Amino acid sequence: MERPLTEHIRKDLRPLTLKEYEQAGGYQSVRKALKGMTPKDIQSVVKDSNLRGRGGAGFLTGLKWSFVPMDSTIETKYLIVNADEMEPGTFKDRLLLESAPHQLIEGMIVSAFAIQATISFVFLRWAYKEAANHIRFAIQEAYDAGYLGNDILGSGFNLEMHLHTGVGRYICGEETALLSSLEGKRATPRAKPPFPQVSGLFGKPTIVNNVETLCCIPHIVNKGADWFQKLSLTNDAGTKLFGVSGKVKTPGLWELPMGITMRELLEEYAGGMQDGLKFRGALPGGASTDFLVEEHLDVKMDYVSIAAAGSRLGTGTMIVLDDKTSVVGFVRNLMHFFAQESCGFCTPCREGIPWIEKILTSLEAGKGEGHDLHLLDFHTKYLGPGNTFCALAPGAMEPLQSALKYFRKDFEHYIAEEIQNTTHPLPATRKRLITDISKF
Amino acid sequence: MLSLEETHEIDEAVKIVPYRKAACIEALKIVQEHRRWISDESLREIADYLQMSAEELDSVATFYNMIHRRPVGRHVILLCDSISCWVMGYENIRTEIMQRLGIKYGQTTADNRFTLLPNPCLGTCDHAPALMIDNDLYRDVTKDLLEDILGKYP
Ligand SMILES: Cc1cc2nc3c(=O)[nH]c(=O)nc-3n(C[C@H](O)[C@H](O)[C@H](O)COP(=O)(O)O)c2cc1C
Ligand code: SF4
Repeated sequence: MERPLTEHIRKDLRPLTLKEYEQAGGYQSVRKALKGMTPKDIQSVVKDSNLRGRGGAGFLTGLKWSFVPMDSTIETKYLIVNADEMEPGTFKDRLLLESAPHQLIEGMIVSAFAIQATISFVFLRWAYKEAANHIRFAIQEAYDAGYLGNDILGSGFNLEMHLHTGVGRYICGEETALLSSLEGKRATPRAKPPFPQVSGLFGKPTIVNNVETLCCIPHIVNKGADWFQKLSLTNDAGTKLFGVSGKVKTPGLWELPMGITMRELLEEYAGGMQDGLKFRGALPGGASTDFLVEEHLDVKMDYVSIAAAGSRLGTGTMIVLDDKTSVVGFVRNLMHFFAQESCGFCTPCREGIPWIEKILTSLEAGKGEGHDLHLLDFHTKYLGPGNTFCALAPGAMEPLQSALKYFRKDFEHYIAEEIQNTTHPLPATRKRLITDISKF
Repeated sequence: MLSLEETHEIDEAVKIVPYRKAACIEALKIVQEHRRWISDESLREIADYLQMSAEELDSVATFYNMIHRRPVGRHVILLCDSISCWVMGYENIRTEIMQRLGIKYGQTTADNRFTLLPNPCLGTCDHAPALMIDNDLYRDVTKDLLEDILGKYP
């Protein structure tokens, strides 16, 4: 089984020096691209490879790049790698950042060349201290070796690279909020259009891609689109870093072909559930994906199959729910996160998620009211796609709506007894709200 | 007044961006690195240096949870409270730390040694529960390990 992204990662996770990386075949794609290919050639091979963004949304990378104006009169364009990894349950980019910094830099150089960007940033979350040290060191090595700076390898192509470490907040990972943050502003998302490809950082054309996405680029350029497609067991190309956390025997992270099943991941790699526990469900790709349950265990882990099963591949890092963990507590923990990390810009998200958290907390405390489940249902619609400014709120609703669907009894359990001695009548405003659900 | 060292470092950050105030987050980080937190006075000094209003800078500073607008102790404990750590029982670790140090979230011990803060997912979920103290990450934390871990930070 080929594992291009992780094959050069040492057992002790110490990153390769530039020399060691070159000896292992590193930076070949930079030579190949800058000396023998046009930006258009690279864009085509990436498009043909069918690579989809690994940051969560799964957007086709080649297509995204194709919106960048290639008119030579534009002086400044930016390439940014999104290394803000903060989606709860996600720990995949950390490995590539800490243990393979040169692979990322190589991917960034080739990608920047493909869109003719001359300035690049690594937007790294503050908590990844070791990654910051390794990347800082690797960038310096790359400058010293002439892979960065002016006239790279005598090709006439110039590229600056800077490391920006963040100062917290999940919303910085949303690509337009990331741009606001890099400009020294509050990290509120921006209206689209204009899309960042046309007007991004400081108003200039900008591409933002995930770490894992850009790490695929050198391999695609070296070995071709067909090879990349064939790494996968299904139509969604490539390998993928898959992770499992929760009460399984051996939680971990593995590079595997796209399209392995949830069951294989859970049983062969994560070792199955801990003794005495049963699998109840899992968020397949981080906190903002819908629960999948036992009946889905044979679903293939790729963008199309997971979507067909009613969830999203997201970041590919699965969080497992076992039968002794409270579903309501699980969802309440997630809602606490989303409520805290809402940027506060739009009302449904800013006010709605804390409301949900309050309802769940009161359910757990035995203070649920008869209409609480209706209110929760209402929120999953009211905060759904199209009603908020960015994807944080709809993402937050995914685990909630699917928990209400698959584990409704767990929620009702808290209310059933209570409802009998409930004397509060439903306030008129709430009644109206609930009847209005059908509109959304 | 900003020290020479601080202004040097801020000048480097300003070089990368098209206008001065775009470097304000870097500047906040730099000054916090030297002074441990951002007081109203520090805020005004940075704002003046970057030719922006202190109010505008404060709107940025208060947005980000890793910019401390209140004093913190010599060491900051950041305890992950997100989903995988919750499943793996971080709440026991939280109770233990709070009892040992006699502080709640957001508080600093009387000897100014530790500040305790909750923190969203630290990105090491296969080794939950996790916490950070200053720049150091601790994984697979158990109650029994806490004595040793905390002991490293005088
Ligand atoms: C609230 C929120 C947080 C996000 N956080 C991240 C992140 O930490 N890393 C990331 O790569 N993408 C994140 N994304 C997705 C980005 O907006 C963007 O789609 C992605 O960086 C594009 O890269 P890709 O096309 O290579 O996947 C986030 C999106 C949202 C709505
Ligand atoms: S959905 Fe939430 S995070 Fe996104 S813009 Fe609105 S308030 Fe901000």
